[in-house]
Formats: sequence, structure tokens, C-alpha cells
Amino acid sequence: MTTIAPPLPAGPAAPPDRPLALDGQATATHAVPPSARGGIDPLPLICRRCGARFDPAPIAICEECLGPLDPLYDRLRPLPDRATIAARPASLWRYREWLPFAGTPTLSLDTGCTPLVDAPALARTLGVARAWVKNDSVSHPTLSFKDRVVAAAINAAVAFGLDTFGCASTGNLANAVAAQSARAGLPAWIFIPHDLELGKVVGTLVYGAHVVRVQGTYDDVNRLCAQVADRFGWGIANVNLRSYYGEGSKTVAFEIAEQLGWRLPTAVVAPMAGGSLVSKLRKGFAEFQVAGLVDGPLPRLYGAQAAGCAPIARLVESHGDRIIPELPRTIARSIAIGNPADGLTAAGALRETGGWAAAVSDEALVRGIRLLGESTGIFTETAGGVTVAAALDLARAGHLRPEDEVVLCITGNGLKTVEAVTTALGDAPIIAPRLRDLEPLVRAAARGESPTH
Amino acid sequence: MPITITLPNVLARLADGHRTVEGAGDTLGDVVADVSIQFPSLRSRLVDDAGNPYPFVTYYLNDEDIRFAGGFGATVRDGDEVIVVPAVAGG
Repeated sequence: MTTIAPPLPAGPAAPPDRPLALDGQATATHAVPPSARGGIDPLPLICRRCGARFDPAPIAICEECLGPLDPLYDRLRPLPDRATIAARPASLWRYREWLPFAGTPTLSLDTGCTPLVDAPALARTLGVARAWVKNDSVSHPTLSFKDRVVAAAINAAVAFGLDTFGCASTGNLANAVAAQSARAGLPAWIFIPHDLELGKVVGTLVYGAHVVRVQGTYDDVNRLCAQVADRFGWGIANVNLRSYYGEGSKTVAFEIAEQLGWRLPTAVVAPMAGGSLVSKLRKGFAEFQVAGLVDGPLPRLYGAQAAGCAPIARLVESHGDRIIPELPRTIARSIAIGNPADGLTAAGALRETGGWAAAVSDEALVRGIRLLGESTGIFTETAGGVTVAAALDLARAGHLRPEDEVVLCITGNGLKTVEAVTTALGDAPIIAPRLRDLEPLVRAAARGESPTH
Repeated sequence: MPITITLPNVLARLADGHRTVEGAGDTLGDVVADVSIQFPSLRSRLVDDAGNPYPFVTYYLNDEDIRFAGGFGATVRDGDEVIVVPAVAGG
């Protein structure tokens, strides 16, 4: 087990949208210019589609064309070398030159640097040379990779002087926003589908957040949150802070490269929900290439979805150019986004790196959870089961090759979705505290029979 | 009774600051066309060059994504409510 730790044309700068008070009238914005606050300064923004530029602000949509905004990094900024990065504290902020801020972050300083776990048994099952698990199921503080993106978003929220933090979530983001808000002393409003798994609801409520369960799917929740950000001027991590939030995902790629000894794997398999993670993996690996920190080609990126909600995988398989939204029907609720905001970008990342996508059944994802547990000692949630099952499908189809060195991104912890595997695992036997009651079980186990029923 | 369309802030500025506008017609496409006549600056952010919904917004007709409900061809009735939100959000 290994454990560590482009210039574009100028456009108009514009202020952020003003929030409306409850009576619908425009109010003074909650945002305070970061330069007046000291500390961390979020970077300016640039439209991915039309190149229009904007001052740093809690906005994620181009006012010119409504395209997505990305942070605009200074190409000439000083970048650290390998030794400098390696000497920094074990958190995602060791890569701060590639995160969307100037200055020193003040919040969530201990997120990131999750283990990269060598997985030889899984490699044998996949028929590849090497396999590792990037194990964000033990991420601090809430056991999913969403801790990374929230670490970025909450620093942006505070820098902008936003007085309330929130999100639309399928569960993991809810946990991360609630926990990191509590620690920062920010009120949090969390919006989730009404039928989310109990563990994810409890794992949000416990931090004292305002949790609202919304009738409908995640996409219905997301629509409401787009309106909430407009209406109340709150910092919604994956709505108006999305440009800063998404950059946190790149640290998965940075850590993989460093943990492999400053080199890249040949293939990476990751779950897809909104499509941001695979898009940012590609960006992160490419940024380390440009910085001269790693050599060689980009890894082939493979995206995993549940068959009951696979709009990005179907886009890839159909060679299409437009997402066709779906109504989710899967137990993999953490990735059940039928209208993925970054679907096109994600599909592009898969195609451009020579990767592909796979969609797996709910039964297959449960088997994937068990396979990961039994072969690596890692208990993942449903999204992780999707990733493992998709990797198996990709290997069978020849996309993963015998010479490959593959990283599987396991993004969440199985204790959050125990409902998914309870039936498949069965009950453990109950016996009296006597050896004669145990002996038949030991004999059965020796015959290869399951100890559960 | 006309059809009400609620706009996001980023589009309200193209409708003289109105977050809610009204239009008339038998289909959603008709209503959007009517609103586009009232606020010409909005048109290119509501409709693409082929006459389809602009790809960076999502329309909801009475809370249902119109892509599941007939798109611009969806029949509308007096009192129906349409919400427009930017497509790039969430995840």
C-alpha cells in the first residue's frame, strides 16, 4: 500500500447578479470585494465558450452567452517543483498554485492526500499489469471526494463575504458542505432529493445544517437551487460558486501523479454524475504535464455510470453531440444526475484521451462493491461499485489492456449506503457462546460455504 | 390569462430587469416567440439559430423539463408557468 500524501481574448468585466429580497426587489449584494477583506483572493473568470472575462465574483454563468465560467490563471505565475510540493503539508493545498485563488487559504486546510492503495488482486481480476485504488472513501472530513470541491468553494464563499453556504446534493456534497460550514461557522442550507439514503441525511443533519428534502429527483433539486442562488444571494457551492468549486477535483489527478512517483497511469476509471470529475481529471493531469512535473501521454480516461441513469455514457456510445436527459432509475443515487451540467465536457475528455464509458446494472454495481471489499479491504458506496463494475466491463471489452496501469477512483464510503448491499450480504449467523455451536460454521467455511445466510 | 415565464437574473437584465415576463400562444414555442418580440435582446438567449431551445438554458413547464414534454411544441394553457434556468449548474 502506497500512502503519502491558456491565454484567451479579453471581454467585458461585469459585476455579479444582484440577489433579490423576498419581495423580489433588488438588494445590496452580499458580496464584498475580496481585496477589501484580505486573505485569499479568488481568481478572475473566463467563459469557456466565448472567452468573455469577468472580475472575481460568485457567478458561474457567462453574462454574454450563458456558457460556463472557469478561473483564469496567470500563465506566468511561479510554479513549485516536485521537491517543493513534496515538502508541503499533506493536504490538497500543497497544489495551491493550481487552485483558483491568490493568497493563503484559511479554511479546510486538512482535506486531501487520501491513500493510493496498491490492488494486486483487483489487477489480476481485471487482467491488467497494475491497479490502484484512489481511496477518497476515507477523505477528511466526510468520507467522499466532495470534501475536495467544498474546500475550494467555502474559501471562495468566505472571500466573497457570502453569509450563507449551501448546495444541491445527492448526498456526499451535502455531507461535505454541512461539515465544512459548521467548522467555518457559516449557516448552511442543504437541498437534497426527498428519498436519499438515511446515512447521507443523518450525516448532514448532525452538523446542524438546514436540510430541505425536495420532492423529485436531483435534477429537480438542482433547478430549485439555481433559483435559490438568484433569489437569496447565498453561496451555493455547485451553482454560483461552481467555477471555483470544480477546480478542487483536479487535486485527485495531482495526488495520483505524485503518489505514483511523479508519473501518470495509463488509464483511470472514475464515476460520472454531473461529469465534472473526469473533466477535471483531464485538466489536472494536463496541467502537471505543462508544468513539467510529469512526462508521457495523458491517461486514457474511462467514465462509469449506472445503466439506470447514464446520459453521458450513452452520449459517448452514440458519438452524439448533445446530452439527452434521463429520469434516474438506479440505486446509485450519488451519481443519479439525469441532466449532467458537464456532460459534454466529460464526453470530450473521454474521447480526447482515447477512453470510453460504460454503464452497469444495479446488480453489477452491488457485485462491484463486494469485489472491491473482498479484494482490497475498501468498503465503497454505490458509485464505487459502479466504478469497479464498469472497470470489469471495460476490461472484458478490451478497453483495458494487459499492459495497463489503472487507477480506479473510489469516491465515497460504503457506510453511507449500507442499504445497497444489505440484502446481498445476508445476515451473520447468531450462536450461543459455545464452541460446539461454532464448529459447524468453521467446517462449513472450510468447505467454501458462506458464513452468512 | 397569459403564460408566465420566470427568468434567471442573468437573463432578466435582457428583459429590462423583469424577472417575470408574460407571453401568449398555443405552444411553448409560440409563447417564447411572443416574449422575444417584446424583449428582442432575449431572443438569442432563449432560442438557437435553428429555432430550438438555446442549449445553455433549461425550460420547465409546470415543473417538468420540457425535454420530457414535447419541447417547444408542448401545448400550453392559460395560467401555465414556465421557469428558465441556466443549464450549467449542479453536479
